[in-house]
Order: sequence, then C-alpha cells, then structure tokens
Amino acid sequence: MMRFLLLFSRQGKLRLQKWFLPLPEREKKKIIRDMTTMVLARNPRTCNFLHWKDLKIVYKRYASLYFCCALEEQDNELLALEVLHRYVELLDKYFGNVCELDIIFNFEKAYFILDEFLMGGEIQETSKLTIAKSIEASDMLQETMEEYMSKPAF
Amino acid sequence: MPAVSKGDGMRGLAVFISDIRNCKSKEAEIKRINKELANIRSKFKGDKALDGYSKKKYVCKLLFIFLLGHDIDFGHMEAVNLLSSNKYTEKQIGYLFISVLVNSNSDLIRLINNAIKNDLSSRNPTFMNLALHCIANVGSREMAEAFAAEVPRILVAGDTMDSVKQSAALCLLRLYRTSPDLVPMGEWTARVVHLLNDQHLGVVTAATSLIITLAQKNPDDFKTSVSLAVARLSRIVTSASTDLQDYTYYFVAAPWLSVKLLRLLQCYPPPEDAAIRGRLTECLETILNKAQEPPKSKKVQHSNAKNAVLFEAISLIIHHDSEPTLLVRACNQLGQFLQHRETNLRYLALESMCTLASSEFSHEAVKTHIETVINALKTERDVSVRQRAVDLLYAMCDRSNAKQIVAEMLSYLETADYSIREEIVLKVAILAEKYAVDYTWYVDTILNLIRIAGDYVSEEVWYRVIQIVINRDDVQGYAAKTVFEALQAPACHENLVKVGGYILGEFGNLIAGDPRSSPLIQFDLLHSKFHLCSVPTRALLLSAYIKFINLFPEVKGTIQEVLRSDSQLRNADVELQQRAVEYLRLSCIASTDILATVLEEMPPFPERESSILAKLKRKKGSGTVSDIEENRKERNTNVNGGVNHSSANTNAKVTSSSSTDLLGLGSNTAINSTPPPGPSTAASLLVDVFSETSPTGPLGAPSAPVSDDNFSRFVCKNNGVLYENQLLQIGLKSEFRQNLGRMYVFYGNKTSTQFLNFSASVVCQDALRAQLNVHAKPADPTIDGGAQLQQILNIECVSDFVEAPVLNIQFRYGGTLQNIAVKLPVTLNKFFQPTEMTSQDFFQRWKQLSAPQQEVQKIFKAKHSMDTEVTKAKIIGFGVALLDGVDPNPSNFVGAGVIHTKTTQVGCLLRLEPNTQAQMYRLTLRTSRDSVSQRLCDLLSDQF
Repeated sequence: MMRFLLLFSRQGKLRLQKWFLPLPEREKKKIIRDMTTMVLARNPRTCNFLHWKDLKIVYKRYASLYFCCALEEQDNELLALEVLHRYVELLDKYFGNVCELDIIFNFEKAYFILDEFLMGGEIQETSKLTIAKSIEASDMLQETMEEYMSKPAF
Repeated sequence: MPAVSKGDGMRGLAVFISDIRNCKSKEAEIKRINKELANIRSKFKGDKALDGYSKKKYVCKLLFIFLLGHDIDFGHMEAVNLLSSNKYTEKQIGYLFISVLVNSNSDLIRLINNAIKNDLSSRNPTFMNLALHCIANVGSREMAEAFAAEVPRILVAGDTMDSVKQSAALCLLRLYRTSPDLVPMGEWTARVVHLLNDQHLGVVTAATSLIITLAQKNPDDFKTSVSLAVARLSRIVTSASTDLQDYTYYFVAAPWLSVKLLRLLQCYPPPEDAAIRGRLTECLETILNKAQEPPKSKKVQHSNAKNAVLFEAISLIIHHDSEPTLLVRACNQLGQFLQHRETNLRYLALESMCTLASSEFSHEAVKTHIETVINALKTERDVSVRQRAVDLLYAMCDRSNAKQIVAEMLSYLETADYSIREEIVLKVAILAEKYAVDYTWYVDTILNLIRIAGDYVSEEVWYRVIQIVINRDDVQGYAAKTVFEALQAPACHENLVKVGGYILGEFGNLIAGDPRSSPLIQFDLLHSKFHLCSVPTRALLLSAYIKFINLFPEVKGTIQEVLRSDSQLRNADVELQQRAVEYLRLSCIASTDILATVLEEMPPFPERESSILAKLKRKKGSGTVSDIEENRKERNTNVNGGVNHSSANTNAKVTSSSSTDLLGLGSNTAINSTPPPGPSTAASLLVDVFSETSPTGPLGAPSAPVSDDNFSRFVCKNNGVLYENQLLQIGLKSEFRQNLGRMYVFYGNKTSTQFLNFSASVVCQDALRAQLNVHAKPADPTIDGGAQLQQILNIECVSDFVEAPVLNIQFRYGGTLQNIAVKLPVTLNKFFQPTEMTSQDFFQRWKQLSAPQQEVQKIFKAKHSMDTEVTKAKIIGFGVALLDGVDPNPSNFVGAGVIHTKTTQVGCLLRLEPNTQAQMYRLTLRTSRDSVSQRLCDLLSDQF
C-alpha cells in the first residue's frame, strides 16, 4: 500500500499531503522535510526511485511540482509512477491544463479528486471516465447550490 | 470540462489564500493568519447562527491554515456540524476537515460516528462513499469498533452500487490492517472471493487488494481465490487491447488489476491442480513474450505499465521458485534490463536480481552478470542505482567471487557517496569475515577499510576484528606486523590507532624479535599518536602501555616515566588520570608473576554472532521515525547497561578473588586482567563487542550460535516466548505427561515480507540422542508477513538426560538465508509427576536415600527477591508436589515427585531452605540416581 503522497514545489513548498496511515504531526513534519530535501537534491535524469528506511520512495516532476509517494517493500514502483501520472491526468482533466496555482487555490478539490482515485493507500478506481463522472456529479450538486446561495437574501 | 471558475464558490477563501501568498515575510504571514483566526473565532462564537455556506467557508479556511503548518485548536465542532448537512459540498468539506485534522478526541468521535452511521444507512451512494472514505482516512480503533461489522455487510450486499462496493472493500482493508482483531471473519469472506468474478473491473481491482491482505493472514480461508485469480489474469493477458475499454492504460490491458492478481498469487505456492498451473504458466510466458514485442506506443506510460506487469510476473516466478525455464527466462530478461537506456529499468533489474540471487536455480545465472554489475558500480551516474549495484554484489557474493567483489567494493568506497559509505563498510566487513579462507586477507581488508573510510568504520567493525584476531592464534603475528606497518603512515585514522594499540598491547611480543619493531620502537610509535587522539583512545593506549610493561620488562622504565608525567598523573580527565595512577602503582608494586597474571593475554571471546549484521539491519530501519528513535534509545540503554554490567562483573571478581589482597591495592579499585572500564565508549569495548539486543543468526553461515537466552525461564513454566529477533518470534506451548511431551512451537513472522524455504528441525546431540526422542512434524515452507506458523514436536524421554535439544531454523528473508539455533527448553524436570505424601512417608524415604551420592546440595545467593508465593509457584512449576506441614520449620519448602522415563522411574525429594537475612538459599535433592539429583539441583537452583 502507499503510505503517503506529497506534492511540493521546486522551492520545497508543500502543496498537498495525504497520509494513508495516521502519524503524529511532529513525525509528518520530519518526513516532509526529509522528502523535500532528498528529492530536490536529485539530479535530473536520475531514476525515479529511492530507498528510505524500509520504504520505497517514488517521485516524478511535473512542471514546477514534484509528486512523491512512499511504498511498502512489496509494492510495484513502475506502477506507482503511473499512479502519479494518472492523478496528474485527472487534475488536468478537471482544471484543464492544471498548474500549481490551481492546486493552491483549489486545494480541497485536489483532495477530493485524490479521494476518488485512491483509498487507504490502494487504487480505488483506475478508469479516468468513471472518476471524472463522479467528480462531475459532485460539481453539479455544488453548482446548483452556488446558484441558490448567490440569490440575494429576501 | 468545467474549469477553475468553480472555485469562485468561496471567494473569501480565494482572497485569503492570495493574501497569504502576497505576504513578504514569515511574520507577515503569521500576522495575517492570526487576524483570520480571530475573525473565524468571533464568527463561530457570535450570536448570529451561521448558515451552512459560511460555516463551510470558515472550516475550509481553517483547513488551509492547518495545511500551511499552523496549529488549529478550534472549529472541530463546526466541521462535525457540517457532516449532518444534506448539502453535498458542505458535507464534503466537513469530512475533509475531519479526515485531515481529527485526533482521537473521544467526544467528537462519538458525534462523528453518528454522522457516519446516518450516511452509511442513507442509501445515497455519494454520501455512503464520503462516509466510507472518512472511516478509511481516520481508521482509528474507535471507528473500527463502530463499523467493522457494518462495512462487510455493505460490501457483499446484493443491492450495493459498484462504486460503494469499491469504497467498502478498501475501507475494510484499512480497518483490517490496523485492527485485525475487530474485523470478524464470517460468511462474507466466501462472497468476497467471488468478487474476483465481478463484471466491473474497478470492483475487482479494489476487492483484490482486500483479498491479498486477508489471504496473507488466513491463507486457508482464501485458497479458492487462486483459481479465480488465474482465470481472471488469463482473460486479461489474452484480451485485445480494446476489450477492457477505459481499463486499458496506454495500450496495456488493466495493468493495475494484473499486478494485483500477480501479487495475490504470490501469497500461495504454485497451484497444485495441473490445469490451473498450466494456465498460469501460459500467462507468465505470454507476459514474458510481450516484453520482446515492439512497443505499441513510444510513450513512457506504455512501457512503464507494461514493465510493471512484467516485473510483477518475474516476482511471482521467483516466489514460486519451481520452474527452471521460467526462472532462466526471467534472469535473461533482467539481464537485458541491466543494460537498458532507461535508468529506472536498470535500477529495478538490479533490485529484482537480488532476490533471484537467492534462488538455487538461478544463483549461478545471476553470477554471470557480475561484470555488468561491477561496471554499473563504476559508471552509473545515479547514486541510488549504484547502491542497488552494491546490494546485488552483496547478494551474489559467495566463496568463488568474494575476493573480487570485496576488492571492487573497496575501490568503490574511495569515491562512494557519503550517504552510503557506512553501509558499504558494514557489507565489506561482513563479506570479508564470512568468506575469509585465510585470515590475513581478512585483516588486510579491515585495515584497508579503516584507511579508506575510517570515519565510517563503526565500533562494531573494529571490535570485531580484534575479537577475531584474539580468537585465532594463526593470524596474531600477521596482525601485529600489519598494524605496526600501517601505523607508520604519518597520518592514520584514530580507529587504526585503537586497533593498533589493542593488538600490539596483546601481541606486540610476536614481532618484537625483529629489531625494526623492537619493544621500544613499538612503544614510541604508539605514543607518537597519543597526543592526537581523543580521550577514549588515549585510555585504550594507556591500557596497551601497561600490557607492554608485562610483555617487555625492558621498556618498563620508559613507560613508567610517561605515566608519571604531569600530563598523565594530573590529567584533567578523571578516567585518564585514574588509569595513569593505577597502572603506575600496579607496575611499581606488583611482582612480575602477579603482573603476568593480571595482564595476561585476553581469553578468547565466546563464539557468538557479530553485531555488525545487526547494525546493518538496524540501518535499514523502519519507515516511522518513532521506531528509529526507539532503536536508538534501545542502543543507548544497551551501552549503559553494558557498562554497568562490566563494572558489576569486575567488582564481583575483586571481592571474590584473593589476588586483590596480594596486590594490596585496596578492594574498591577495580583491576583484573581486563583494563578497567571507562565512562565513555571505550568502556564498552570489552563488553559490547556483542550486540545484546538482537541475537540474530548470521546470514548464510553454515551453523548459527545456539541461543539459550530464555532457556532457563522455561524450567518452571511451559508457555512463553522462547526467542525473538527483528525478524522472528518463537513462542512455545507445551504439555507433558509421564515420559511423553508435546510442544507447540509458534513461529511469528514479524516483518511484512514472506519467509521462504522455511524449515525447522530438532537435533539431539551426542549422548542426548539415546536419551531423548524428539519428533518434529514438518512445517510449512513459507510464513507470510505478519503471519504465524505452528509446528508440533512430540517428545519422548527414554532415560534421564542433561543436555537440551537444539531447534535449528532456516529461512530466506529478502534474499538472504537466515540461520537460527535455539536451545529447546526440554528439561528433565518436565517429566515429573507430583507425588503427595504424609510427613511420615517423606522422612522415611528421605532416610532411605541417604547414600552420599544420592544427595546433592547447593548453597547459593538469591538472584530475585525472596517472595514466598513466588517460590511456591516456582516449585510447583518445577513439577513436584509441594508438601505442606512436613518440614518443622514453616519457612522451608519441601517437595516430592517421580521422574518418568521410558526405561525407569526415579523418585525425588527436595528441600529448599531460604535464609532471608543472608539472602541465601540451601537446596537439597535426594533421588535414587546421582545424575538425576545433580541435574535437578542445577536446574532448580538457577531459578531463585
């Protein structure tokens, strides 16, 4: 199972953190620090995998953002790269050419999309169509609601 | 697709986020945040009830602030309120806040659980999914308690929507991982297996994840999943790429599901049914064949997905370890990848080959790639790839190539990245020791290690070389000569000075015949380094000097001069000062005979496993920081414990040995043949050479040292933990009747990785073979990660015995062979039948057994507090009947029993007399057989 997923910028600013097993805040901060320093120090064109303690770290850079996740010993690294890629595709589909700012300003959406895709550190649904459909459905709900809210109070 | 504009819904949030982004400094940011927090707090506390939208907005702001790394101590209640909103987005934000921020605050948990319960029973799939996500995200025990029964019901209910089934499967998996005891197995398990046949590939994927974990813990319950998984896999592998519609990923058919199915099959041995097995082999061949086909797309996603399936198939082939043709094909495929232009593939090929190296079928095939791997070590630009190359070299090393591999690692060490140097040093040290045919090579290798990477040579490594030199007299002269030469270098590492000081202090005499290394030259050489060294090293050197005084009387004057100098006698460091004073005094007062006794050569170290291996394993610590810190803590206490232990020892020797009086140095100066322990790391030099925390068997060594750490704990009881290291825990349950016994041995795999080729056998050595029959039922060859295996031993006592049988355990863990040997606590007293008797009977028999060889008596000091109830329990646990009112002194204990062996029965009487004032016991045993009296006395006297 995936233990955690972090998104951070080239400057080391954390943009998204998802922990699939609960950890104390202090420990999370330490891991975030370790991951950003380790991954950011890597040269371009090196491989996308690292060993860290007993976990396997898989990361990939998309434009200015690093997507970095930790796997357990028996998990498949190559497929994890494609998990990251599929997540980027989903964000892209939702935001339309996603950029870092989209994730900053709509962080809650980034979390919701991730929740449709992964659960408890395992793949829940791999079909892009199915995921897009369920996100759309929730946005429909939201839009109806925004319309309702924006009506001037009576 | 709708675009970002939807974020406009919470304009206030967007404004706040851009405010934060515009902050020029950390202080400004904090100021802005505090302002916002105050605002939100006042809104929450205000008289006006907030509408759902505002509540959502503020909760979302709080979440944002928290994710920036600030503490949030309010708003939980408002978030919980959002959960019961019937507006989806409010609920969604509420759940997100809870998932990210909730800590086991019990009041809230109850409210949250209530909201979840409502949503789960709402029959609205979107709400149910939100609730299931929340359970999975929080996953606490309270939640497991509340929902572990409900989630399986949702999972297998006929009318549950597919998307909810997916969530339920993974939610259940999450609960099972953290609280397996709370998830009841039941009739739902059979129905879960059949989800493998579901039409919806998303459901199958999620269910497979769940089944993998359940099958690891309960293999028998999920056996039927094997044939279903093979069938499903076969359909995917042979499908045309368009068949699976959106589950085809860059022209690869359902890669996620394929990998999961292959993973599931790795929970089981190869299928026994020939048809299923044949079908699986076909699948694996097809996957291997596809690797040779031209790619259907140039996109990296295509090749990644395809190769992900390929690597998983290779893992399965390695796991089965039964089809030589597939293994060889796998090895060839990995060999191709070793030279692939994609760094990722080279990395993974090296990693996979490590496991392949441990298979008998493919070890030789892996070895043929040695040149490529060495080349990778030299030319790869990526440190993590080089590290995998080091791992593979370590895994493929055997007697035939050890010299080459060690040489390559040594030369790589000169330029290796700092981050991995220590690990390489440990690996080289282990290989050099394991495959040393002649120990001069070993000594050279370790000294080279110190020369090349002295800073990374940990204590464990240099302790170990000293230990080996001391134990092997054929290498002592060579070691002395070599360290002497190495010390000639103008700048040598302090670790070399330590090793040099120790070895010359012990064996300098072996090279003193050569005028070029005369005693005085040796001394001058060592002393020339003295002022450059740290305190612990200086302390060690002082001990070497006093040893010199014994070895070479001719330099006594020179050394006394040095000890007498102010810089020693008045050294500011109390440890150094004490050593100087004591050694000087010792050298002045003691006669040569006494000096020779006190400063005698170190006795051989008991052959136990080195702590280097343990250290290497520790380096691969676990993924959570707290574990690491715990390890570190453990080490510290160990070091301290070691020191106490050593000084206690020396003190005990001082009081008990008469030689201290002869020395006339006063009884509280701790001196014997070992140098006195110092306060710092040098103190643990003699004691801590052995790691006491983890008695792990050496990798691949032909025989492991026999562990008997917990042996004596089982003399008076039958159940408990016999042995434990980082990988394995062995528990025992045993029952004995007359001369027969049955022992249940439980092997617990503490790791998350499967143990392969597991075997456990019991050996009775020498005389014991005729005295005791132990029959071990064969155990399963695999133990899954986190699982427990039970083995039954049947025991028959033929005649009375002293030694204990040895349990030999072997298995492969992560590519390396583990050997563990543990003394099995089958002791003579286990075959006791208690005998009740009257006082009169007792004394009559006591009298009958009065021949001198029938009685064995021992007086000993109490090791534990002298508690009557505990003592009674121990005597009963020992197997005899405790006889009340027999002994005229009520504080004495009297017992009687009969030892049953196949050939004879031996009646035994025992008497234990405590003396609480002196904290002593006197134990008397009378039996008709002297060997039995002796053995029982030894066993029991050790217990108090």
